[in-house]
Amino acid sequence: MLNCKIVAFSVALTLLLAAPAVLKAQTDEDAIMMDKKNLCIGATYMHSSWDHYWEGTFKRNNRNLGTVSTQSVMLMGTYGITRKLNVVVGAPYVWTHATRGTLHGQHGVQDLSAWLKWEALDLNVGKGVLSVYALGGGSLPLTNYIADFLPLSIGLHSKTLSGRLLIDYQLSNFFVTASGTYTGRHDITIDRDSYYTTSLHLTNKVDMPDMASYNVRAGYRSDWLIAEAVFTQMFTLGGYDIRKNDMPFPSNKMNSSMAGLDFKYTLPKKWNALSIVGGGMYTVAGRNVGQSTSWDLGAFYVLDFSHKRSKAHNSAAEPVKK
Amino acid sequence: MNRNISLLAIGVVFFLTACNKSVSNRTAALPALAPADEDVAAGSWKPILLTRPDTFAVATPAATTSPLYVADLNEIKGYQAHLTSDQKGQIAYWSAGGVLRWNEVMRELMAKYNIPPYQNIDGTYPIPSAANPFAYPVFPFSNPPYAARAYAYVSAAQYDALVACWYYKAKFNRPAPYKVDSTIKAMAGKTGLNSYPSEGAVLAGVTAEMMQLLFPDEIANVQQKLQQQEMALIASGAATRSDITAGETLGRQIAEVFIARARGDKAGAAVGTPAIWAQYVTTAQAASQVPWLSLETPARPPMLPLFGKVKGFLCDSATIVALRPGPPPATSSDEMKAQTAAALAQIKNATREQMRIVQFWADGVATATPPGHWNTIAATDFIQQNWSEVRWARNMALLNMAEMDAAISCWDIKYFYFNPRPSQMDADIKTLTGVPNFPAYVSGHSMFSSAAATVLGHILPSRASAYQAMAQEAANSRIYAGIHYKVDCEVGMTVGANIGNYAIKRAQADGAE
Repeated sequence: MLNCKIVAFSVALTLLLAAPAVLKAQTDEDAIMMDKKNLCIGATYMHSSWDHYWEGTFKRNNRNLGTVSTQSVMLMGTYGITRKLNVVVGAPYVWTHATRGTLHGQHGVQDLSAWLKWEALDLNVGKGVLSVYALGGGSLPLTNYIADFLPLSIGLHSKTLSGRLLIDYQLSNFFVTASGTYTGRHDITIDRDSYYTTSLHLTNKVDMPDMASYNVRAGYRSDWLIAEAVFTQMFTLGGYDIRKNDMPFPSNKMNSSMAGLDFKYTLPKKWNALSIVGGGMYTVAGRNVGQSTSWDLGAFYVLDFSHKRSKAHNSAAEPVKK
Repeated sequence: MNRNISLLAIGVVFFLTACNKSVSNRTAALPALAPADEDVAAGSWKPILLTRPDTFAVATPAATTSPLYVADLNEIKGYQAHLTSDQKGQIAYWSAGGVLRWNEVMRELMAKYNIPPYQNIDGTYPIPSAANPFAYPVFPFSNPPYAARAYAYVSAAQYDALVACWYYKAKFNRPAPYKVDSTIKAMAGKTGLNSYPSEGAVLAGVTAEMMQLLFPDEIANVQQKLQQQEMALIASGAATRSDITAGETLGRQIAEVFIARARGDKAGAAVGTPAIWAQYVTTAQAASQVPWLSLETPARPPMLPLFGKVKGFLCDSATIVALRPGPPPATSSDEMKAQTAAALAQIKNATREQMRIVQFWADGVATATPPGHWNTIAATDFIQQNWSEVRWARNMALLNMAEMDAAISCWDIKYFYFNPRPSQMDADIKTLTGVPNFPAYVSGHSMFSSAAATVLGHILPSRASAYQAMAQEAANSRIYAGIHYKVDCEVGMTVGANIGNYAIKRAQADGAE
């Protein structure tokens, strides 16, 4: 019953201006696997808001927006195809709102995301355990929401594909996990028939630059509690800066550095199929994104279809038998 | 584990093939312009500002047997013997038509400069200065009235310059280089036109010269485009160096006539002064009306309040006053309350299709503006017509003079009535696009679109009903967005059509029909 909280990485990777801090990820960014035929399901509520943002490198506020907030409720599930191969699926409903000015908030179902997570390797190194995971994932917009209404769009409406390599080292109840991700983004179609970036484009298609990120998390991990500090850096590989007082656009160069804390608490004894997760993130630095502060809270439940006692395992916590 | 590896491998292959990175412009790969009719008599069409097509003398060209001309041909042969892929690309790009390509350049510049200035620390706003164009905020802020005027000046100057060009082509009768020397390839297509002076160079010269007035920060950038076009004209075998030189010079001379007029058309004073801005408020209050207020924070001065005084191409100032409609419903009237309630109900129940329409027609910050959108619509249809460059220029000038006069009339009406936006009357009205920073009555989108649809419907009668439907959709988009009352758009459509009719009158009398 370890952590199966995921973040739909479509939100994580695309909604930077509206909601950068929803990039908190576990399961698709941790070293935890579900056992074969175990299904972990749950829901997370997230709240993210900012009143300052960066136009290129120029940091400002905007009294025509006030505080821009994004809320989401994400439904998600993780299933153990085998002990070494999990599938992780999620989709959020998103609301956006600006406290000042006249712009109309948006809401709706955003993108479906899915990851395949494969534990490729685990071995004893020194007194601890090193494990290596390879992940492949993708996202797909579920509705015809408007991408070109930043900062109040609920998403960027791009189909994406990602590859991630994740390495975890655990020594006693302390761990560190590092991962790097590359995300390819498909071009999007907007409702306009031309637009200006750094030149005029006579088309309704928008090239979306690819993205890369790394994530480091470290802390305490046991069967009943995970408490960790998290740092994430995201880069847009291309894209362009918002000029002073210009409008944002989906193909902007959105970069951010975020730091935060996460926990997961698993209830004791006969309630141990149930866990509570939560955390907070803060955008330390950014470019063409809002300086968001966010928090989230969720609950997860494990269902066992294997006719054995249900169990998620942290392979890194179990010494490899030689 | 093998299955896992193959799943990952499939993922990687899918990844490499699924992420399309090849977005290209609709007009990137057009064929060379091949006019069905060369309009060889266009030298007799009625110019807009010139009184005669030969106001500016063009020297008699050297004979095609002269050493000077032989040197010209050798330059072409030198290019054609060693064409780079970049040069071939320039030839293909410019061969689609100079009026089209320069129109696209203008739309790009309008979009680039269409950003409202950021406020000063004290909450006031800096005003772009033509005298100091590189300092922030850069000059110009190409908002819709500015853009409407800029498109009109460039298009009208291009038209007059090409009428003069056609006059001299007929007078001097110098054939194209590929007709004089059969070893020269016609890489941009063959036409029946004489080549002196070069129509492409006339367009380059007239447009580049207009930049000193309209986009001073872009003079160097546009000069590079001029050089690319002129190189393409020579390397493609369409024109010689002497055809180019004569054309560019003629174009620049004619541009000066338009620049001189523009410097005296009152656009430079359209920003107004704090005293003038305050006067609109007291005038509206004296008439017991709620005056328009900027909905921006800090409050931004109204956009170009004196643009209604600018000297148009089609309508004189008395006509602008005569075109002014009656007032909107009084701000305290039941009718205004009902329209405000309707705006609130609409914004709470907008459909996705209505949101698409709002987005499609928004043409706000960093776009080519509504007149630019109608230039795109016109150019898309004009490409299908195989017109000569001079007819392209004439029809673009008719469209853009109508758009400029629509801007003048619309701004005259807006500041005469100084009527608030729906969100000012009811703060619960949240909008699906930015609220423009000027009064509501009448809708600029409606006027621009109705004027454009009217004149374009005259130029291409088979498309007239389609243009009317587009104009109506553009007008509706402002109601769906929550930024206009229904009456703003209905009256705007009517006045816009009246402006369009002035363009039609000119079209019927210019000798091109």
